[in-house]
Amino acid sequence: MKPDALLYPTPKGLFCELGQFYIDPVQPVERALITHGHADHARSGHTHVLATRETLDIMRIRYGEDFCNSEQVAVLGAKLVINGATVSFHPAGHVLGSAQIAVDAQGTRIVVSGDYKRRRDPTCLPFEPVSCDVFITEATFGLPVFHHPDDRHEVAKLLTSLRQFPERAHLVGAYALGKAQRVIALLREAGHEAPIYIHGALAKLCDYYQSEGYDLGDLRPATIAGQDRQAFAGAVVIGPPSAFADKWARRFPDPVSIFASGWMMVRQRAKQRGVELPMIISDHCDWPELTRTILEISPSQVWVTHGREEALVRWCELQGIAARPLHLVGYDDEGE
Amino acid sequence: MRAFAELLDRLVLTPQRNAKIRLLTDYFRATPDPDRGYALAAIASTLSLKAVKPALLRELIMERMDEVLFRYSYDYVGDLAETISLVWEPRGEAGAQEHDLSLGTIIHQLQSVGRSEVRGLVRSLLDQMDSSSRFAFLKLITGGLRIGVSARLAKQAVADVGGIEIADVEMLWHGLAPPYTSLFQWLEGKADKPALTTPAVFHPVMLATPVGDKDLENIDPADFAAEWKWDGIRVQLANLGGTRRLYSRSGDDISGVFPDILEAADFEGVMDGELLVGGTSRTNQATRSFSDLQQRLNRKTVSSKMLEDYPAFVRGYDLLFSGGLDIRSDGFLARREKLANLLETTSAAHFDLSPLVPFSTWEELDRLRSDPPDPVIEGIMLKRLDSPYTPGRAKGPWFKWKRNPYNIDAVLMYAQRGHGKRSSYYSDFTFGVWTENDGKDTLVPVGKAYFGFTDAELDVLDRFVRNNTIERFGPVRSVRAEPDVGFVVEVAFEGINRSGRHKSGVAMRFPRISRLRTDKLPREADRLETLITMIDGGQGQS
Repeated sequence: MKPDALLYPTPKGLFCELGQFYIDPVQPVERALITHGHADHARSGHTHVLATRETLDIMRIRYGEDFCNSEQVAVLGAKLVINGATVSFHPAGHVLGSAQIAVDAQGTRIVVSGDYKRRRDPTCLPFEPVSCDVFITEATFGLPVFHHPDDRHEVAKLLTSLRQFPERAHLVGAYALGKAQRVIALLREAGHEAPIYIHGALAKLCDYYQSEGYDLGDLRPATIAGQDRQAFAGAVVIGPPSAFADKWARRFPDPVSIFASGWMMVRQRAKQRGVELPMIISDHCDWPELTRTILEISPSQVWVTHGREEALVRWCELQGIAARPLHLVGYDDEGE
Repeated sequence: MRAFAELLDRLVLTPQRNAKIRLLTDYFRATPDPDRGYALAAIASTLSLKAVKPALLRELIMERMDEVLFRYSYDYVGDLAETISLVWEPRGEAGAQEHDLSLGTIIHQLQSVGRSEVRGLVRSLLDQMDSSSRFAFLKLITGGLRIGVSARLAKQAVADVGGIEIADVEMLWHGLAPPYTSLFQWLEGKADKPALTTPAVFHPVMLATPVGDKDLENIDPADFAAEWKWDGIRVQLANLGGTRRLYSRSGDDISGVFPDILEAADFEGVMDGELLVGGTSRTNQATRSFSDLQQRLNRKTVSSKMLEDYPAFVRGYDLLFSGGLDIRSDGFLARREKLANLLETTSAAHFDLSPLVPFSTWEELDRLRSDPPDPVIEGIMLKRLDSPYTPGRAKGPWFKWKRNPYNIDAVLMYAQRGHGKRSSYYSDFTFGVWTENDGKDTLVPVGKAYFGFTDAELDVLDRFVRNNTIERFGPVRSVRAEPDVGFVVEVAFEGINRSGRHKSGVAMRFPRISRLRTDKLPREADRLETLITMIDGGQGQS
């Protein structure tokens, strides 16, 4: 079977005609396969949803009990036949519960990687390479400028600043699902045992991670009720990036504004956002990870989705690998 | 190199002055010689390195990267040095992550290498660094760190390391050279104060405090001399032991831009004065405005046409050294007499004496201050007749009594989020005044201000911005500004010039928001014509 007959982009998302399902659809559909819980990939209102148990839990936390009509747990590595197409889920290393989805039919296998990364993350399972004919990769950081440094070095920058500015609150902007918990876990690994204050938008997801066995240590709500604002001096406060532009941030003493994101690699990006201490921590592959993964999997074709498609397609051409952009719409990588 | 690179990365994103100083002092304390001295030199722009042209860097990256991928990268990042620092893939067994070249080593290699070997050295150094170090290195060799730290701020941090006054650092500064090992050794108590070998060093200047509410009640007019405060830049001109130097008030050496002044300084001594352009009182020609002086400032070279069109001169205020003799402990009147005698012998086109303003009461002086005889006067200086010349800003011997600022009522048009403490506030404001455009009154932006208001007033402004936003452009919001709906602020400023760079054609000096005019409607705000009259020597409103 030709790959582009097995899976092709539609306005609602990637569609498998044979199996009659969509992968990460951006509009409500009858049958959806979801790679991970980020809001632009996992939307509510589908009739039937197939995803990992963790992703289903995360969707329930975010959208409520009735986020779909019926749900089905995908067990990692297990094969499942849907209307003649065989699908299986494999860890993607992006956030807790994230999975790549392999779609097989008549001797052709396509792997939809969703969002993924290759480096170690204490809060999720590592990426597993799956051999395939077509590898569909994201390209959020698909430019040779992106070389994400070692996470430990970025966390050390924060710890140094806490020592240098013990009178200031250190406000870390981090995406509520995945990034925030990873930053907390990395801080704990680096020996930071003090209470970490979290914005209300993070509370349920952090509780969920803790209930899944990821130890995030002493987390407290970042509210002033019942405490002196000086309690935040020299403390780490974590919240969604948007909260720091908001009046919410005013309760903290002389805050240092920090943003944990792969975008912080580019100085002008940090400057524009008024970030004082950039932490280059990403839940996506950097350029070397993307290119290494493609060489490792060695598919006969690469399809590139959201991000900077043109550079990755160009690189594939230079390597003699057939590649094309998919031009999927509706995926937002700015919050990364 | 890594510590220096991290310091630069932090400084460029840190808005607060005190936080910058802390980052610098921590670095100076933790870094050994000579690295910290080279870092200081790089920041204070006293480090001379062979300049590397951007074209060479481009060639180096093209040796190992696809041109199309480089173009995509450069388009995205927008800065050549940063792009190269990010896309560079180290080659060979160098092992960039494991060892860290010292800043001193890098600078020694750059200074000792021959012209033909520069390319190879730059390539090899790039291979031995991490990305952040590559960025710092590339900025260093292409000239211009652009990290928002002045030489003065760096000197303040140096002073803090040793717990001394900045004046002591400024005094030594021009007698020392990178890597400033003797300076740091002294600051840490490991060596004696460095002895100066160059005589024409900078001597920290004496500064005045502003006249406060009750200050004049407690002092006697008979004890003070009054002098006009001229609107140029304060300078120190030294000619000692055959060395001539012109310094700005903060001790920056600006000799290179004013060869005309240096050539005319054929007397021995150290003079304090105001640098201005135009004619002196001795040539009977008018003193020209600050914006004319600006034509001569901040230039690397100065053409003969520039020298002719914008002739510079020094209006003498004080004399610190008469011949080789330090007379700073003499009284003001005694020093001034020596200054007057000295100036008699100098070139009439390049030097004159700042005249005293006779007065008997403060009321009389206040009237003179409000209506000075020359538009290039920005106020009055009061100097105790017996005051010795003491560096720094002690309160008592010298006062400055500025002319009242100009005031206009303007309408808020745009607001931008602040930094640091103010990052959750809209605290940087663009304001405009009315002008006629195609027969209709429209607002044209005339300036930006981010201070002058109290914290309580900032709350009011911030609330207005949040509730009256029309459009957002990243961190900037445009707000409602119509004849009957909008926010009027009183803007105070020190002067106003014509400007080809601004749409309105005018540029204000030191604008700040002096009052919130919640009692006024935007239609009652000022018009552009009013501002233009102010340029042509018009008075402020109060």
